[in-house]
Amino acid sequence: MSFAAFDVWWWPYAFILAAGWLATDGFRFLGVYFGGRIADDSEALVAVRALATALVAAVIGNLVVFPSGSLAEAPVAMRLFSVAAGFAGYLVLRRSVLAGILTGEAVLLAGLYLIGFGT
Amino acid sequence: MQTADRRPTDLETSGPASASDYRRWFLRGVRASVSVPLLILMSAFVGFAGLAREAGISLGEAVFMTGIVWALPAKVVLIGAIMTGASLPAAAFAVALTSVRLTPMVVSIVPELRAPGTRPVVLYLLSHFVAVTSWVLAMEHMRAVPRPMRTAWYCGLGGALVLVNMVVVAVVYSVAGSLPPTLSAALLMLTPLYFLTSLWGSARESASHLAMAFGLVLGPLFHVLTPGFDLMAAGVVGGTAAYLLHRVGRRGRRRGGEGAA
Repeated sequence: MSFAAFDVWWWPYAFILAAGWLATDGFRFLGVYFGGRIADDSEALVAVRALATALVAAVIGNLVVFPSGSLAEAPVAMRLFSVAAGFAGYLVLRRSVLAGILTGEAVLLAGLYLIGFGT
Repeated sequence: MQTADRRPTDLETSGPASASDYRRWFLRGVRASVSVPLLILMSAFVGFAGLAREAGISLGEAVFMTGIVWALPAKVVLIGAIMTGASLPAAAFAVALTSVRLTPMVVSIVPELRAPGTRPVVLYLLSHFVAVTSWVLAMEHMRAVPRPMRTAWYCGLGGALVLVNMVVVAVVYSVAGSLPPTLSAALLMLTPLYFLTSLWGSARESASHLAMAFGLVLGPLFHVLTPGFDLMAAGVVGGTAAYLLHRVGRRGRRRGGEGAA
């Protein structure tokens, strides 16, 4: 029962509803239900946050090391260097997300230009 | 911000609020969405649109996903699961794991939103807008909004954020196919850059920073070792290791006094 399992127009939407909406709004609704009864720093929440962070980070790692589309044509060393530069830019430039994104993209574009990418 | 102009409103002092009061505060909420965080969020959704296209998701599905799921980490994990051909339960479990963090965010925003007499159904509907950006903006500005008007104001803020980004996804998805390869590569780099920086900034404890480092390395590693199960494996192994190390570190600090860790 994967995303591409059934060749009908509504199946992807049903998949998004079940795997995306239910799993997300369910936790939002739980928050309304609990009102003010959960402490934000409870030990269980710290553990859950760690799991969730590792999961999202794993997706990021895969998007850089095993990308799709035209990013896959860029050398892996250049991708890693751009991301590292973006993160360094973020740390140095007052922890601004925007500055980090711009630094990383600038380094990537400069690198792609230097190797004559896509020409 | 614009909402901070606190002209003394008659709301706090006198009779029932009229429909025009709600409309006015709804529009102020819309105006409050125009901000630097929105700009950053839009750049993240530009990246998301490119990613969705590469994953083979249709334009309608991508826009639908933006409106119905809304939280970006949940969507990126969902697309990651779709790309690896994960089954529905596996995908739902991975998404659920990233969305647990929404519960405490909602828990902390509800007491701010609620006025005496607010119907629960309004709170349930408004909770759909809770994700990092709207939560940050609300926590920053909502104190300047009179309590009876907060639900209208947050509806304007959250609704505007969702709608703007649905449009961004639709537009970027439509033009992404005709981009030259260099720009297309840069577009696909937006999502990793956005999350790498914003995730680091939003982490509250050392456990999350460690978890991030572990996940970054373990994701690609498990992609090779256990294809199709890589996200869950990296999340569980990396997250658990980070949490345990965090506990050990804290205990060490406690025993050894300050600076021992």
